[in-house]
Amino acid sequence: MDFELDQDQQMLAKTVADFAKNESPVARFRALRDDDIGYDPAMWQKMGELGWLGIPFSESVGGFGGGFVECAIVLEHLATTLVPEPYLASVVLGGMTLARAGNAAQHDALLTPMIEGETSLALAYSEAQSRYDVSSVETMATPDGAGYRISGEKVWVLNGHRADQLVVSAKAPGGVTLFVVPRDAAGVSVRVAKTIDGKKAGFIRFEGVAVAEDARLGEEGAGTEVLDRTMDFAAAAAVAEGVGIASTMLQMTVDYLGTREQFGVKIGSFQALRHRAVDMYAETELLRSISMAAMVRADDDDASARRSDISAAKYQLATGGIWVAQQSLQLHGGIGVTDEHDIGLYFKRMYALNALFGDQEHHVARFASDPAFAEAAV
Amino acid sequence: MVCGTHKAMDLSFTDEEEAFRQEVRAWIPNAMPKDMLGTARGAGDFTPEDSATWHKILYEKGWVAPHWPAEVGGPGWDAARRFIFAEEMELAGAPPLSVFGLGMVGPLIISYGTDAQKKRFLPKILSAEEFWCQGYSEPGSGSDLASLRTTAEDAGDHFIVNGQKTWTSLAQYADWIFCLVRTDQSVKKQAGITFLLIDLKSPGVEVKPMMTLGHTPAFCDTFFDNVKVPKENVVGAINQGWTMAKALLGHERTLLAMIGPSRNVLQKLKRIAAHKTVNGRPMLEDPVWRARIARLEMRFRAHLMVSYRALADQQKGKMPGPESSILKLVGTKLIQELTELAMEVMGESSLTWYNEGVCLPVEESIGPYFCYERAATIYGGSNEIQRNVIAKMILQLPSS
Repeated sequence: MDFELDQDQQMLAKTVADFAKNESPVARFRALRDDDIGYDPAMWQKMGELGWLGIPFSESVGGFGGGFVECAIVLEHLATTLVPEPYLASVVLGGMTLARAGNAAQHDALLTPMIEGETSLALAYSEAQSRYDVSSVETMATPDGAGYRISGEKVWVLNGHRADQLVVSAKAPGGVTLFVVPRDAAGVSVRVAKTIDGKKAGFIRFEGVAVAEDARLGEEGAGTEVLDRTMDFAAAAAVAEGVGIASTMLQMTVDYLGTREQFGVKIGSFQALRHRAVDMYAETELLRSISMAAMVRADDDDASARRSDISAAKYQLATGGIWVAQQSLQLHGGIGVTDEHDIGLYFKRMYALNALFGDQEHHVARFASDPAFAEAAV
Repeated sequence: MVCGTHKAMDLSFTDEEEAFRQEVRAWIPNAMPKDMLGTARGAGDFTPEDSATWHKILYEKGWVAPHWPAEVGGPGWDAARRFIFAEEMELAGAPPLSVFGLGMVGPLIISYGTDAQKKRFLPKILSAEEFWCQGYSEPGSGSDLASLRTTAEDAGDHFIVNGQKTWTSLAQYADWIFCLVRTDQSVKKQAGITFLLIDLKSPGVEVKPMMTLGHTPAFCDTFFDNVKVPKENVVGAINQGWTMAKALLGHERTLLAMIGPSRNVLQKLKRIAAHKTVNGRPMLEDPVWRARIARLEMRFRAHLMVSYRALADQQKGKMPGPESSILKLVGTKLIQELTELAMEVMGESSLTWYNEGVCLPVEESIGPYFCYERAATIYGGSNEIQRNVIAKMILQLPSS
């Protein structure tokens, strides 16, 4: 049993942490949040040059053949200063779906340029009615000659306002199927939606969008299984980011308790606040610990083991992580509820992570429905 | 720069460790007397005699003192095997062994005792010839332990001890008590305390048992009236008692995490929920009740991972990281939440109070156990004191 990162992983963690601190402090996020894109494509390209965008992909497509643990390391440390580039949307959601569902030619054409930072991806899977159920798809892919025509609407597509290529789920005659559609294809219209955490997403309409057969990823009907797996990666990714958010909020709060004075003393000397801070520390360490299980399990093909640890981790984000965010704000007092102070930006990011890839009721139900859960009663 | 490999953190036990787990798991039901097996699976209300019997069985096997070095009678296991062993014992519902000799005064004597003390006391702790209890708290000294007032007056080659100790659990079954006593009134309170071993058969000692909330006679008050104690019974040096007390608290934090008991109650909880019905079907199949159990199991998993992190550090010969300081805090709260939910699942059957033969056996087990676990957040340094310590030592928050 070993929870320590190996040397390469430790170096990666330090590199990303230094990058976040020196090249993308929170001020950069603030400066970009009112921008039309919300991040800097030149910085995205730089991340490609650093090799970070290729971490979970095989060497044959230009990736580094790393595991999900390395991905999680990048996500955790980018989160500490709210680095705005769409790592989760493009690498984890779009990229890992494309990697699992696509063929070699599709990887070459679509994945490799993303790994190099030339393009970015998005995954258009969620619909107004679907609420965390990736098999609930009303977007249609109707056969048309050798290809298909896609019609329907996707919501809250992260990086959907900017991505060069959209990975889209649609119902074909054989069931839920994945396609790649260029964002600028005829019949695609994108409305930009601002999100609570200062980022942007796309509401995307497809009106009879014509795609060729080679735009299909895998067989007809193969979509749900791939998306299910992507959602596990995505939930684990959200947890990794949540660890970065929670530990940063905890540190900011402990620092504040050690500097702010009232009644002539540092407020960190008050027992009510000290005990609250200790409970925040406990919830943060529970989140960090279960996130380690989730990131290791993310690459595990044993579905039961993978799902139960990832659900347990996402549940801890939804309970302990959210609680840490709430208490951080509370302990900062009035300054915590201003836009001027950074603590609120982290608070809102934690709520965004909570809302994505399954909320607590979703993960509790999933955990409880695993056959292993009831078997333990026998 | 990065990672050319998938091989990263490894969060599983090794094959050898898993084989050891299977060995322990298979051994327990074979070694345990038949009547005790039923209690282990059911209420778990073992008598002190049961515990002594089990102690002797483990002693014969050489497994009674997992944490002791091999040269004084331990089995020579590493941290992972000790963890697995404890987990399997608790999971099987085996009788708990008295912790005061094996887990507390024994290790302290091993570290700080004289050769004569080691020779005199350790073998009889191992063999269960002598049982121990703890004399720390006093009526006026709970969380503020250093304010204790039981005195040991210097009388040449011995001390004269006067005072009262309370919560001296299992003193009525014990032969010896280890005490913190005041040997110097003139210095800062922590600096005038001595760690003293006292024979409970000494003239002037009186033990009065007290009923607990769970109606087990575990607690006692112990009174000392001019009790003569030889000076050779001091562990460490005179007035070094506070250092000894802190050293004693340093024993493995993973053991305070309640991992085995939590697993045990979780299983019991599911078993009860599989038998009790709501709206005509097992409660375990009802989505609301199922979700409530699932929530606690998910929290248990996160807690388990914190324990595993501490364990992995110990395996490498390192001190556990600061996160291990939360194990007692989280584990004791969790075991209480599990027993609280078990009471809720029982519904009106949770009213039952020692009705053997009237209700289903499974219904006997929860009430007293639920009551018993209320102590978990109090003993071993109350959870509020734990928070004080973590705030100061780990978070380094300013004092006023």
